[in-house]
Amino acid sequence: MQKTIKTIILIFIFFLITIFYLSLNKNSNYDTENLVGNKLNQIKLENFENTGYLTNEKLKKNNYILINFWASWCAPCRTEHPLLMQLSQLRNIKILGVNFKDKKNNALNFLNNLGNPYHYLAKDDQGKQSVNFGIYGIPESILVNKEFIVIKKFVGPLNLEDFNEIKKITNSL
Amino acid sequence: MKFKIILTILLVNFYSFAFSNEAIDENKIHKNLRCLVCQGQSISDSNSDFALTLKMVVKDLIDQGKSEQEIYNFLSDKYGDWILYKPKLNLANFLLWFLPYFVLFLGGLIILYLIRKNAKKT
Repeated sequence: MQKTIKTIILIFIFFLITIFYLSLNKNSNYDTENLVGNKLNQIKLENFENTGYLTNEKLKKNNYILINFWASWCAPCRTEHPLLMQLSQLRNIKILGVNFKDKKNNALNFLNNLGNPYHYLAKDDQGKQSVNFGIYGIPESILVNKEFIVIKKFVGPLNLEDFNEIKKITNSL
Repeated sequence: MKFKIILTILLVNFYSFAFSNEAIDENKIHKNLRCLVCQGQSISDSNSDFALTLKMVVKDLIDQGKSEQEIYNFLSDKYGDWILYKPKLNLANFLLWFLPYFVLFLGGLIILYLIRKNAKKT
């Protein structure tokens, strides 16, 4: 019996060390990039020009939509903007821009200066709508298919790797 | 007169009890929601932009008549279970929930064994 107790204690110590080793080597910065497969079935975003709402019904004709949350005050949004301009040229994908907690004039200046990659433009003045999309900081982009199922989430500014991946997913190569 | 006073006290207590059962404790929900941009803090302790937005959304959901559990389900659906300080029991975290009980049970068995062994010796 004493041998059994010693074995159990040794196994337990080994288990604890393994848990600590694995946990301490894990990236502790949480992001939502793994949360794919959810369906966005209640999209209701206020049109940027106050002319109504953008809903699933209005967006369903597109094969793929990249929902991009941005603001004129967000520096990383400027970094990813040239890539969004290139993405807007692809045939299989449309870009929905959601202007996040921004002033209309500033947002318009931003688009006038850097170009407008958005096929649809909406706004989220208070940021409450962003919660429906699982957004917790900008820029963030969500790639959805025709059924509004999240295929990929991009937390932070898009980079060249993301750009190529989007091209690959949407068969726009 | 005494009867009226007792009746008033009973009524006041009854209503306050009934009301406290109906109302959802917004602060309790805030304390169970993790601020994702300032990890280690609940949204109750944080004044970050994200925490303030989430507080507004929680208030809206309460106003819509959602229960505490429905609010947690909605947010964990959007942000994952990480947003909850008290996560739901599932396959990935069942060890977290049951390991302490298992260790306690195992410890008890070992202590019992040692006591019996000592008793036999004496």
